[in-house]
Amino acid sequence: MSSSQVKLMIDGNTLEAPRGMLLVDAALRAGIDVPVFCYHPKMEPVGMCRMCLVEIGRPSRDRQSGEFLLDENDQPIINFGPNLETACTTRIDEGWVVYINSERALEGQKQIVEFLLTSHPLDCPVCDKGGECPLQDLTMLHGPGISRFSFHDKMNSLKRVALGELIILDRERCIQCARCIRFQEEIVDDPVIEFSNRGRSLEIVTFSEPGFDSYFSGNTTDICPVGALTTSDFRFGSRPWELNAAASICPHCPVGCNIILNTRREVKMGGSEIVKRVLPRQNEMINEIWICDKGRFAYSYAMDSERLSQPMIRVGGELEETSWDNALKVAAEGLKQSGANLLGLAGGRASNEDLYNFKQLIQGLDGVSMLNDFMAGGKQNQQIGLGPGSNLGDLGVGDAIVVIASDLLEEAPIWWLRVKQAAERGAKLIVANARFTKLEKYSAHTVRYSFGDAPETVLGMLHYVTGDSSLNKYAKVDGQEESARIIKEATNAVLFMGSEGSDSESSKRLVQACGSLLAATEHIGKANNGLIPVWLKNNTQGAWDMGLTPPEKHLAEEFRDRTALYLMACDPFGDNPEMLQELPQDAFVIVQELFHTPSVDRADVVFPAQSFIERDGTLTSGERVVQLFYPAVSPHGESLPDWKILARIGALLGVAMESTSAAGVMNRIAEDIEDYGEIHYRELMNREDQWPPVGGKQIYFGGTAYENSQGIGIRLSSRAQRGEAYEPVWKESPKKPKGEGIRIVPIVKLYDQGTTVLPSLLLAQRIGQPELVIGQEDADRLLLQNGAQVEVQWNGTAHQFPVAIDNDIPEGIVLLPRNRQLGLEMPMACNLTPVKPTSKEKGE
Amino acid sequence: MSELILFRHLDIPDINDLDVYLANGGFKGLREIVGKKSPQEVVDIVKASGLRGRGGAGFPTGVKWSFLTPDVFPRYVVINADESEPGAFKDREIMERNPYQLLEGIAICCYAAQAQTAYIYCRGEFWDLAKELDEKIAELKDRGFLGKKLFGEKFDLEIYIHVGAGAYICGEETALLESLEGKLGMPRLRPPFPAAEGLFAKPTVVNNVETLANLPPIITRGADWFRSIGTEKSSGTKIFSLSGHIAKPGNYELPLGTSFRELIYDNGNGIPNGNAIKAILPAGASAPLLPASEEILDTGMDYESVSKAGSQLGSASIIVMDETVDISWVAYKTTKFFNHESCGKCTPCREGTYWMFNVMQHIKNGEGTFDDLATLNSVAESIVGKCLCALGDFSTMALTSGIEYFQEDFNAHLREKV
Repeated sequence: MSSSQVKLMIDGNTLEAPRGMLLVDAALRAGIDVPVFCYHPKMEPVGMCRMCLVEIGRPSRDRQSGEFLLDENDQPIINFGPNLETACTTRIDEGWVVYINSERALEGQKQIVEFLLTSHPLDCPVCDKGGECPLQDLTMLHGPGISRFSFHDKMNSLKRVALGELIILDRERCIQCARCIRFQEEIVDDPVIEFSNRGRSLEIVTFSEPGFDSYFSGNTTDICPVGALTTSDFRFGSRPWELNAAASICPHCPVGCNIILNTRREVKMGGSEIVKRVLPRQNEMINEIWICDKGRFAYSYAMDSERLSQPMIRVGGELEETSWDNALKVAAEGLKQSGANLLGLAGGRASNEDLYNFKQLIQGLDGVSMLNDFMAGGKQNQQIGLGPGSNLGDLGVGDAIVVIASDLLEEAPIWWLRVKQAAERGAKLIVANARFTKLEKYSAHTVRYSFGDAPETVLGMLHYVTGDSSLNKYAKVDGQEESARIIKEATNAVLFMGSEGSDSESSKRLVQACGSLLAATEHIGKANNGLIPVWLKNNTQGAWDMGLTPPEKHLAEEFRDRTALYLMACDPFGDNPEMLQELPQDAFVIVQELFHTPSVDRADVVFPAQSFIERDGTLTSGERVVQLFYPAVSPHGESLPDWKILARIGALLGVAMESTSAAGVMNRIAEDIEDYGEIHYRELMNREDQWPPVGGKQIYFGGTAYENSQGIGIRLSSRAQRGEAYEPVWKESPKKPKGEGIRIVPIVKLYDQGTTVLPSLLLAQRIGQPELVIGQEDADRLLLQNGAQVEVQWNGTAHQFPVAIDNDIPEGIVLLPRNRQLGLEMPMACNLTPVKPTSKEKGE
Repeated sequence: MSELILFRHLDIPDINDLDVYLANGGFKGLREIVGKKSPQEVVDIVKASGLRGRGGAGFPTGVKWSFLTPDVFPRYVVINADESEPGAFKDREIMERNPYQLLEGIAICCYAAQAQTAYIYCRGEFWDLAKELDEKIAELKDRGFLGKKLFGEKFDLEIYIHVGAGAYICGEETALLESLEGKLGMPRLRPPFPAAEGLFAKPTVVNNVETLANLPPIITRGADWFRSIGTEKSSGTKIFSLSGHIAKPGNYELPLGTSFRELIYDNGNGIPNGNAIKAILPAGASAPLLPASEEILDTGMDYESVSKAGSQLGSASIIVMDETVDISWVAYKTTKFFNHESCGKCTPCREGTYWMFNVMQHIKNGEGTFDDLATLNSVAESIVGKCLCALGDFSTMALTSGIEYFQEDFNAHLREKV
C-alpha cells in the first residue's frame, strides 16, 4: 500500500482510497451510496444541505509518536465524535471507521429529509422531476408517511418564476442547495443567479438582462436535485418514465458533445414520436456531463413542419412532388445528359457516411467534388492532430493551450469551458485574436494583432522559437516572445485555430504557421499535443477525412461553366444570393436538403434528407474523435438518409456504392481510408467506466445527465503519432493592399440565424437582430451613435443594420455576425453610409 | 469595586479625547512593542496573560493568533463589532467612551499578527458610531499613530470601518468575513479556519472589540498582573451587560468569576418592586437559561463555572427575569428571533428555526397541545450538532432549557389533542 493510499472501513467494508479524498467519493467508489443534495462531484463541497450526515470514528494516536493507540486486543482505539459529520466535506485518513447506514447516521439523515419536507410541496404527481428526483427517492426511503409539521403552515411561494425564457424556477420546490448558483459561478463563470434574502425566505434570483443570461443555463436543470429548475421546453411536457432514450451527438459545432434524445409518442403530432428534450450524455473526454444551451434547445428544426417530406422535380418551371422512383430517374437522366462538367458541393454538417458516398458518386461520374467551406486545416489535423490518449481534461500545470483567431465561447462553448478549466488547473493559456474575447480573462498571455495578421503573428512566435532571422519582421506585437517561450517550455501544448478574420488564402497560411510552430516546439505526434481546428460546422473534419476539401478558387469561379451541380447539406444560393448569377442558366441542379432553401428553389430535382434524429451515422469532431449517433424517431415523411439517396442514384448510373446500412458504408470507409481502418460501428459502441459515475441509479450525484452506455467513440491517431514525418512549411505573406477603406469581417455568434437555430422558438428571443460592430473612430467619422442605422455595401449588394460601437475595434474594421443570405463568408472591402432617419421615424 | 481596565472613562470621563488618552498612558503599550519586541514576543505575552476571546466562545486569544499560516502575507485583522446578541451592549460603550484603547489594541494585535490592514466590522445600526470612529482614525493618522512607518519603525498600519447590513449571523466570524467581502452573510465551511484562509482567502485574525481593548494594559502591566485578576482559567475582567428585571441595568466591568449575586444585587441593586428572581439568561438568547436558585446566584461568572452550572457565559449579556415572566413567552421570543436571523444556508437551522417558531406561535395563540412539547424537543434535537455553524444550536437553547425547568409555564397554554 502506497503512502498516498489509506485503508478505512465503511459500513463494515474495508477499502483503500487516496488519502484526502472526500469521504462521499471514497464511499461512492466502493459502491456505497451516501445520500446528498448540495454535493456534486464536479464542484467544491459546501456542506450546506447536511444530508450526508455519517458517523466517523478516528483512531486515537499517541501524541508523541503519532502511532495508533491499541486496546487490550491490540486493535486501534477508535473515537467517535459527539456529532454526526458531513461526508461531503470530510477528507479521509488512515484507519477510519465510518458508518453511513448505522441507526444513528440514518436517524440524522431522516431528520434532514423531514426538515426539507416542511418546506417542500411534495407535488411529485405534477412535477417534471418526479421519477428522477433524489428528494423523491429519499422521501420514499425515509419519509414517515405522516407530516408532523402543520400542513397549513407549509411554505407557499411562487410556482413559476421565469429566470429567463429558458429556465423556470419553482420556489416552493427549491431546497436551497445552491448547486445552480455554484455551477454558474464555479464551472462556467457566468454568475448571473444568486441567493437573495435569508432564512426560510432564501430564494434564487437572477440579475442579468435578459434573465439567466448564460450559454450553459440548461445544465442547472440537470443538476438541480429537485424539480425547482426546469427547462421551458420540457416543463409539464412528459413524465420521465414515458421517455425513450437514444444516444446521439450534438450537430451544432465541432466539439461533438455526447447527448441523449429523449423521445415519446405525442398525441399532438398524430401519435408520431418526437424529441421531448435533449440531455447531456457523459463523456469525460469530450463534454464531461455538460452541454451548451444551443445543443439543448436548438433541436426542434428536425421536427419542423417546414421540413421537406417528398421528392420533387421541376415541371414547367415549378417544383412538383413526385415518387422516389420518378425523382431518382429524372435525376439520373439529368446527370447523364448534363453531367459533362459536374460539380458536387457538400456541407460539413453531413455525416461521414453521407460524405463518403457523395465523394464516390461524384468521382464515379467524373465530376469534381468539394466541401462548401473556406477554412484550411483538415489535412494538418490528420497529420498533427491530438490523437489517442488525449483529453483536454488532463491539461493543467506545465501545459500550454493556444487559442488563435477564434471566439471559442461563441464557436464551441464546451471547448471554451474545458480550456478555461484547464487554465484554472494551471495550464498556461495564450489567447491571440484581433479583438477581445471572453476567454482572455483566463489567459496567461494575450496577443492582440491587427485583423488579418493571424499568420504573421504565429510566424513571429516561430521566430522566437527558432531564431530564424527571416521571420524577424513578423515579431512585432506584445506577447509573442513570452508566448513562444511558454509553448516551448510546456510539457504538452494544444493549439486551437479558428477562422475569424481569415479568408481561404490566409487560413492556409495560418494553419501552416501553426503547424510549423507546433513542430518547432515538438508538440506533435503525442497525446495531448497538436492542432485542433475550430470548424464552423460539426463534421468539417469528417469531410476532409472523406476526401472533400474547400474550393481552390472562389466558389463563384467554380460555378461558372458548370453543366450540372449536385448539392448536399449546403445552401450556397441561400448563403449568397449573388451566386445564382454565376451558375449557367441551363445547368442541371440536384439538391439533397432538410428544408426548402433558396438552393432548392434553383433545383431541378430535390431529395428530402433525414436529419440526425431519424437515422444513424458517424461524425468526426475537431479533436478527430469519431462518434456514433443513433436513430431516435421515425423518419419525416418519405425522407431518406443522404448516403442512401446517393447510393440509389449511383445504382441507376452504374456507380457501385454501399446501400444497405450506414454501418456498411463505414465498413467501406474502413477499407478505403487509412485513418479509418479500425473504425467499425461495433467498436464505436464501446463504453468505459467513467468518474464520477452519473446517470443510472446515482442520480444524487449527476442529476439527469445520462451515463454513457452506447459508446464513447474512437479517437483517430495522427500521422505524426504513427511515425510519419511532418514537414512544416510556411509561406511569406503577400503584400497587403493599401488604402482600401473599411473591411467587414464576419464573426460567429452561438445563436445565429441558421436553419437549425431559427425554428427553435425557445432561442428565438436570444438570437436578436444582427448588429454591425464598429470602432469609435469610424463611428465618430460617420457621426454614428449606438443603434443608428447604417447601410453597408459589399460585393455589389447593400444591407442595413443598426450599429453597436465597441471601443476595442480598430479603425477601418467592422464586424458582422455570420448569417445566411449575406454572401459574407470571408472578410472583404465594404462601404458604409449612414441612413438618415425618415421624417416618420423622427417622430412627427 | 475592582479596578477598571476597560471602562476607564468612568474614572477619566474625557478619555475619548486623544490628548487625554495620551496623558493617561495612551499608546504606551504600542510604543513598547513596535521595534522593541518581536511579533512572536507579543503573541507570547498575550498567551501568558490567559486572555480569552470576549465575543462568546472564550477561545484563548494568543493561541488563536499562533494558528496563522506562517509566511503567508498579506494578513488581515478583523474586529468583530457586530454586537448583535440580544442583551449585549458592551462593545458599543467601549467604542463610544474609550475608543482609543480599542484602536491601540487593534494596532497591537496587527503588530503581533504582522498585518498592515485592519477592518472594524460594525453592525448596521452602529452607523453613527462608525462615523465617529472614522473621525478618530483620521485623527490618529494625522497624529502619526496610523499610516506608514509608525514611530519610524518598519510597521505600517491602516484601519478601516465597514458597516454591516443588519444580520445577526454576521457576528459569526466566517459570515462576517463573507459580508466584509461584499457577499451574502453566510458562514463558511470550516476548515479552512480564518487563520489559514480568512478575509480574501488570506490568513486573518478575527477578534472581538472587548478582547482587543484588553491588549494595551496587558502590554504595559504584564501578563502576570492580568492573570492576578479573575480566576485561574478565566483571567482579567469582563464587562457584564445586565438587563431585564433589574433596578439598575447597565454595563458592569468586574473580574471574571464574580458571582451572579454580586452582579445582580450588589451592582444592579436587585430586582425592582420586591419581586423574586425566576431565571437568568447568561448569554443573551444563545445559551440555556438558568433557573434562579441560591446555588446559581452564588455561581461565579467565568467560562468554567457557568458551563458547569448548565449554561454558557458567552458574551455575558445577563438577562434577569423575575417571577412575573412566563418562560413560554421567552421561548416564543427567542425562537422568533432565531427564525428571523437564520441565514438559511444549512437545512436544519433554516427549517428547524421556522418549525420551532411555528409551534411556539400556535402555543402563544392558545392553539397548542401537549404533544407540541415533544415535537419541540425532537425538532431541537434534530438541529443540535447537525448545523453548519453554531447559530443552529443556539436557537434551541432557551427553548429546551425553558421546557426543562419551567414546563408549567408552557402547560398553562396547552390543551389535550382532540
